[in-house]
Amino acid sequence: MNVEIIKGDNYITVILEGELDHHSAAAAREIIDARLEQLTPKLCIMDFSGVSFMDSSGIGLILGRKRRAESYGGNVKIKNPSRYAEKIIKLAGLQSLILPEKIKI
Amino acid sequence: MRPKSYEIGDKKQEAFMKVINTMKFTIPAMSRNEALARSCIAAFAAGADPTVEELSDIRSAVCEAVTNSIVHGYRDSKGDISITLKLTEDNCLYIKISDKGCGIPDVKKAMTPLYTTAPEEERAGLGFAVMEAFTDSLKVTSRVGKGTTVIMKKRLTNKFGDSDE
Repeated sequence: MNVEIIKGDNYITVILEGELDHHSAAAAREIIDARLEQLTPKLCIMDFSGVSFMDSSGIGLILGRKRRAESYGGNVKIKNPSRYAEKIIKLAGLQSLILPEKIKI
Repeated sequence: MRPKSYEIGDKKQEAFMKVINTMKFTIPAMSRNEALARSCIAAFAAGADPTVEELSDIRSAVCEAVTNSIVHGYRDSKGDISITLKLTEDNCLYIKISDKGCGIPDVKKAMTPLYTTAPEEERAGLGFAVMEAFTDSLKVTSRVGKGTTVIMKKRLTNKFGDSDE
């Protein structure tokens, strides 16, 4: 899976592309955490529009980044999950993290 | 009248289930093979013409079981994961995923949502919850020191009612 991080004004957007499973989540975790540590943004937006597969390892990735962000007073939001990614996110009870479509960031 | 649980590997029950296709394979328990397992199940399920949603559900459920074997079953050892797939005449997909790993001491506890023995690895404890939500039935058997077997069943939408020769 591909991870691209775009720096914004006190926030970062993490663009994930490909299949998010236990194998790819490990590498994604390293890349994202390095930037979180470096920038400590108030908001970390995880863009799931390019995620073609997801299982509960993706939930682990989200929860881990949320914990890390909260440790320095930041937060995590999820953008554009596919219907299938949203299904798992809801199963995990994390639907409140999903940004409404109308919000433009 | 149908028996209550469908045992894959039980010839008598399989005949009753009218299995029209089957596939059996073994893969080493490595995280890179999570994608391989998904591809294999997708290829097999394609024969039943599942909907996009059904295929997505199956891939997720299989991946959870395979990941469990890798992360937990073979945590301190190496081994293989055996996968058996069966498709019945009435478009039911049966998936059996077995390992010879460390086994689960308390299956009921392990299946409690959010319970995990690997929080430091960012495991959400939702593997079994996903398997249960995305399939029609889930059966887990395990013996400490021997291994774990997961059997899932999913009825696929019967679109055409055709069967192969």
